[in-house]
Amino acid sequence: MSSFTDAARLGNTGAVVASCLDAGRPALVGYLPVGYPSVAQSMEAFRAVVEGEDGRGADIVEIGIPYSDPLMDGLVIQHATVKARARGVHTRDAFTAAETVAATGAAPMVMTYWNLIEAYGPDRFARDLASAGGRGVITPDLPPDDCPEWFEASDAHSLDRVFLIAPSSTDERIALTMGSCRGWVYATSVMGVTGARSATSDAAPVIVGRARAIDPTIPVGIGLGVSNGAQAAEIGGYADLVIVGSALLKCLDSDGADMPGDLRRLRALSGELAAGVASARP
Amino acid sequence: MSLPTDTGHFGQFGGRFVPEALQAALAELTEAFDAAWADPSYHAELEKLQRDYSGRPTPITVAENFSRQCGNATILLKREDLNHTGAHKINNVLGQALLTKRMGKTRVIAETGAGQHGVATATAAALLGLECRVYMGEVDTQRQALNVARMQLLGAEVYAVAAGSRTLKDAMNEAMRDWVTTVEDTHYLIGTVGGPHPFPYLVRELQRVISTEARRQMIAEHGGLPDYVAACVGGGSNAIGMFYDFIEDPSVGLYGFEAEGEGISTGRHAATITAGSPGVLHGARTYVLQDEEGQTIESHSISAGLDYPGVGPEHAWLATTGRAVYEPVTDADAMDAFKQLTRTEGIIPAIESAHAVAGAKRLGLRLAQENPDLHPKILVCLSGRGDKDVATAFDWFGLPGVPDKTVGGLE
Repeated sequence: MSSFTDAARLGNTGAVVASCLDAGRPALVGYLPVGYPSVAQSMEAFRAVVEGEDGRGADIVEIGIPYSDPLMDGLVIQHATVKARARGVHTRDAFTAAETVAATGAAPMVMTYWNLIEAYGPDRFARDLASAGGRGVITPDLPPDDCPEWFEASDAHSLDRVFLIAPSSTDERIALTMGSCRGWVYATSVMGVTGARSATSDAAPVIVGRARAIDPTIPVGIGLGVSNGAQAAEIGGYADLVIVGSALLKCLDSDGADMPGDLRRLRALSGELAAGVASARP
Repeated sequence: MSLPTDTGHFGQFGGRFVPEALQAALAELTEAFDAAWADPSYHAELEKLQRDYSGRPTPITVAENFSRQCGNATILLKREDLNHTGAHKINNVLGQALLTKRMGKTRVIAETGAGQHGVATATAAALLGLECRVYMGEVDTQRQALNVARMQLLGAEVYAVAAGSRTLKDAMNEAMRDWVTTVEDTHYLIGTVGGPHPFPYLVRELQRVISTEARRQMIAEHGGLPDYVAACVGGGSNAIGMFYDFIEDPSVGLYGFEAEGEGISTGRHAATITAGSPGVLHGARTYVLQDEEGQTIESHSISAGLDYPGVGPEHAWLATTGRAVYEPVTDADAMDAFKQLTRTEGIIPAIESAHAVAGAKRLGLRLAQENPDLHPKILVCLSGRGDKDVATAFDWFGLPGVPDKTVGGLE
């Protein structure tokens, strides 16, 4: 049995993680931006990430909303989101994506920079996402100590709120951030922006260990730099969630020109990552 | 109440909206700056550099000829253009470069639009032995080629940013991304009063020397406080520096002039307070040019230094409280003022500063109309010199770029 038993702390997606852990493996989280290569094709991509090759893929899907000033993103995500914006993606497309993902049985979350939520209206955003089946929101640039309106909105619509911790975070900030999260906490494994890396970070197990020692009541996810099944297995040995983004997005590198091929690659990688996390805790 | 608060807020503006990886660095920077600011040896070192290296105090020039075109107003120019490297930017850079050394960091990165902040940063890095990389929008590297060359001569690496609008906004994004990765040994030397706390506060304190000096000079040499203080506003560092010590003087009107570009109605402008709305950009809540979904709208100005869709949060606060007034000035009006000041005073202003000169002229004419008996003194921050803008001015005025006549040749 998973050690995570406080339902109020686990919310929607932490409960998904706890059930994966009960089954002897960490949860797999896949990120893709909505709107790339196009809004319609991104819906196919979201399905592929969940289904993998044989029905085994991501447990939780992060739906990224393209933003004009992506401070946290590396070039792979930045290039895709620039194209998605040029092709007319809108905030509301994330709700369609949430419906698409929810229909597959995986848990949809949205990852977005704060200004897009603020412009939409925090309460309205939370309401529309929740009614589309969304389960929570990850906000990489929102300080948990400066957002009372987001606490109100996410509480009012029963959405999980996930904030980030980093290797540079002090113990005090880790405690504050984890105390502010519902569902799980997103630990960045490296100092830097998003992007697949060839080797996993030495800092990853350290940040997971620190987070666990400070607050054992919610799961800890590791993201930034995971690109293949072996890395997923390695990280899944100690983290409760393994988060993959840029590597999945790279499967769509034909820019929509060869979508069947892209989806095949995407399904294959999702399957490989799912097998990786499945073998993480023999 | 003195602002910002401990958490970096100016009313509803300011804050620290950045990835968690930077929070520790911002806390470290706040602590380091507070310690330095309380340390007489830091001030002594900074003042020595300002005096012996940068050339402070900068004088106030009475623009007598230009004033004749400005109603009954007397235009006085606070000559930040006479600083070493040619702009007010050096005030901030020297302070932050000293801070970088105090924090034990060996590398600085910076973003720049017109290049003045980049040149100032490269200069301070050369002086203090710091490694330096400057991010610049690709469009700006083309319109400010002279400053790119100056930075390279000073030993800095200049990175052209090809993303987004390829201007200052995107250079700031790229610098922020660099900093997330290299924060251990690198200080992000932000050039304006924007970004996450403590930058708006820290840069203000370092630029405040402009108004501290100007206030003293006005009282000692020009018969008392000015009636109005004017400055151009992009991110707003020269303006906050020029305004700050006058904020508590209720008789002094504060005017910030934003870049209206081709006109607010054309959508091609950078008048953030005039035509923007509150949002979060580059780590702070402030006024932002954004669409209804919160996506930043690309700005436009003939001046690379004002071509930015955000503004420092303290300006957003001063505008909201009504303590300062912000008005837009078009490219055309700024270029007229550029030419007029050059021809009447023999001073070629930066195009940024020409916005403030144009705004001051308009204010003078308006005041004369409202009350012909008044003879107001308008103190303008001439934030930088125009050498860097010669190519832009050449294009704008359609100058031939060849001598007017050849004489003295042999038959």
